[in-house]
Amino acid sequence: MTATASPVRQATVGEMIGMLIAAACVLPLIVIAALTESSGYAFHAMLGVLASVASIVLIANRCFNGTVPVEPQEIDGKPNYNMGPVKFATVASMVWGIAGFAVGLIIALQLAFPDLNFDLPWTNFGRLRPLHTSAVIFAFGGNVLIGTSFYVVQRTCRARLAGILSPWFVVLGYNFFILIAGTGYLLGITQAKEYAEPEWYADLWLTIVWVVYLLVFLGTVMKRREPHIYVANWFYLGFILTIAVLHIGNNVAVPVSLLSPRSYGLWSGVQDAMFQWWYGHNAVGFFLTAGFLAIMYYFVPKRAERPIYSYRLSIIHFWALIFIYIWAGPHHLHYTALPDWAQTLGMTFSIMLWMPSWGGMINGIMTLSGAWDRLRTDPVLRMMVVSLAFYGMATFEGPLMSIKAVNGLSHYTDWTIGHVHAGALGWVAYISFGAIYCLVPWLWNRKGLYSLKLVSWHFWISTLGIVFYICAMWVSGILQGLMWRAYTSLGFLEYSFIETVAAMHPFYVIRALGGALFLIGALIMAFNLWMTVRSESAAEMPRVDEAPAPLAMAV
Amino acid sequence: MTTIEHKPARKSLWAKHKIFETNSIILVIGVLLVISVGGLVEIAPLFYLKNTIETVQGMRPYTPLELAGRAIYVREGCYNCHSQMIRPLRDEVERYGHYSLAAESMYDKPFQWGSKRTGPDLARVGGKYSDEWQRAHLAEPRAVVPQSIMPGYPFLAKTELKYSDIADELRANRAGGVPYGDEMIAKAESDLKAQATPDHPGQPDLEKRYPKAQSRDFDGDPQRITEADALIAYLQALGTLVDFKLYDDKANIR
Repeated sequence: MTATASPVRQATVGEMIGMLIAAACVLPLIVIAALTESSGYAFHAMLGVLASVASIVLIANRCFNGTVPVEPQEIDGKPNYNMGPVKFATVASMVWGIAGFAVGLIIALQLAFPDLNFDLPWTNFGRLRPLHTSAVIFAFGGNVLIGTSFYVVQRTCRARLAGILSPWFVVLGYNFFILIAGTGYLLGITQAKEYAEPEWYADLWLTIVWVVYLLVFLGTVMKRREPHIYVANWFYLGFILTIAVLHIGNNVAVPVSLLSPRSYGLWSGVQDAMFQWWYGHNAVGFFLTAGFLAIMYYFVPKRAERPIYSYRLSIIHFWALIFIYIWAGPHHLHYTALPDWAQTLGMTFSIMLWMPSWGGMINGIMTLSGAWDRLRTDPVLRMMVVSLAFYGMATFEGPLMSIKAVNGLSHYTDWTIGHVHAGALGWVAYISFGAIYCLVPWLWNRKGLYSLKLVSWHFWISTLGIVFYICAMWVSGILQGLMWRAYTSLGFLEYSFIETVAAMHPFYVIRALGGALFLIGALIMAFNLWMTVRSESAAEMPRVDEAPAPLAMAV
Repeated sequence: MTTIEHKPARKSLWAKHKIFETNSIILVIGVLLVISVGGLVEIAPLFYLKNTIETVQGMRPYTPLELAGRAIYVREGCYNCHSQMIRPLRDEVERYGHYSLAAESMYDKPFQWGSKRTGPDLARVGGKYSDEWQRAHLAEPRAVVPQSIMPGYPFLAKTELKYSDIADELRANRAGGVPYGDEMIAKAESDLKAQATPDHPGQPDLEKRYPKAQSRDFDGDPQRITEADALIAYLQALGTLVDFKLYDDKANIR
């Protein structure tokens, strides 16, 4: 090939297959868009057409630009890491994060001031609430997980990411799923299962993306040049595998027809409820916990420059956590029509779950032993350690709330919402922010962050926001729970339902204030990262992440 | 710092973990086995233990109009704020009625038990309020309940119901075990029209297929079948199928 005269090259087999599959999707999608009666479904089919065409253009572009078809695995004896998809996922996570926090703020304000629903189909609380939960869990959290997992697996295996097009397929395909899911909710396309709202075709698409994700991750682990698989990768693998099982189990459905976006699940009633909360609680356990613990096991030791506190503890932590978590689902169904034996099992295992959770927290926090002074000087590390403190708090509160007597009061109230946000804002978002603050200078090869002072501002403003949020929800949740069961001295229910709703107003305002502070913190972060990327490249400097990882690997 | 030391004489149990750390496929198999146990033990028995769902009189699949209304309930995300599960606690039974039975949601795909009561439970809302009240409340909740924080849904009464694929909807339910017969599927569209139209000649047949089906004009506009017709028909049916004067809770104790 005469590269100088013409940069155009022939497509590889993989590129051909990629383009052919994309091309094959175009016509059926156009037919669906033309024939369906649902305008939302037609819109999604057209988005699919656009995505197919875009894939063809992107792949063809590689050939026309003469992009090296197969990048070398190593350059000068050092692994040639593939960081493009990681960069994309990092940027996407910030964009989706801010969008998700903003929608959260909107729906918090709708609960305080219902006129903000504007009585339009696509702006009412019922459609925006799933948009918020999916945007923060799956769009923000999911991109953080995919991005960091692709980073961590490469560095701890000292191997380039497996696959050429497939890592990009995972990242772009996943974000396309998010787009379909999110616009679907606004258009009223949902299967009404919490945290599993996307309809059958979005579910199918996610399944394909997820299988490729597993293969890329596993393929990279398999070609590692380290004898051992590092502990963070166990957690990532546990998360990827279990989410695949949960997603399929909870979403087995019969579409009404190929031309309808609607479907009916195979399970109904009690069994469906059990499947849903087996899924729902383990979306928390594996998506929001195991995946982010993997982040902890890489980024906390890396940032603190200390090895993991206890290697044995991490072994116990891993197996105990994944074994016990799966059982905890029925605590979402206390006192319901689910048989008592299942409720009791769920409660028992939820209480046991306290131990591995705290084992993990101790392992993370004690990693700082010998480096505690860094908490004063490094706000990024402070953010990650505080995230572990919130993790400890939320994983104590969870078992407490799973006790049937406590749950009788807390269930159906804002206490649950507060609990979730202690975990989601305090733990998941903070460990993610910490990881992103580490990653951006590493990925873009910068000396460091633009401003550590702004990180401090972010930390304090959003911490204040979290405190406002969860305190307001504790008060409103317990207050409403007590009002529902209050009796007068004559033995009548003391409050009508609407009186208990009216009593919530001040707390809903405080909660919205907390959410606004959290959003402001994230905006400060985005500005800081933007300025970091814009700052001068530190090309001559030794790369911050080039130093050998101080990770305990000995057995 | 705890690292594990090699002790050549006596191999510790910890060293055996090496097999998972050096072999990715064994790690994958280990994870899959460990995560399967809990789910299998908790879910599988629900499909064959007879006492999971009580035997009761009166449960039937939703009528086509109710099913279409349920799809609107799902579409608008009502489950985000309303539960359909009355727990056997004194205050709930007094506030909402008899505690919910497993049988009462046996045809619900998906179940709509909910997880949050920003608004009240709806498991037995059927017949509690008039159609007029439901209509006014859906269109402008604060016109009826001044302190309500519910969004308004004025567009439901203005939007014609789309039901051309209602038979397919029944068929998809049947594929998942809901006992819709061939006749129910064949007559799905006319049953839907009959239930929403006053004095429709198809109503006696409808009631034969779906006992206790309530047929009338729900949205106050007899000329059209709107989304409000369907949603109100669904709400008015909720919790009305089992007659608790006849229900014997002792009969199901094993």
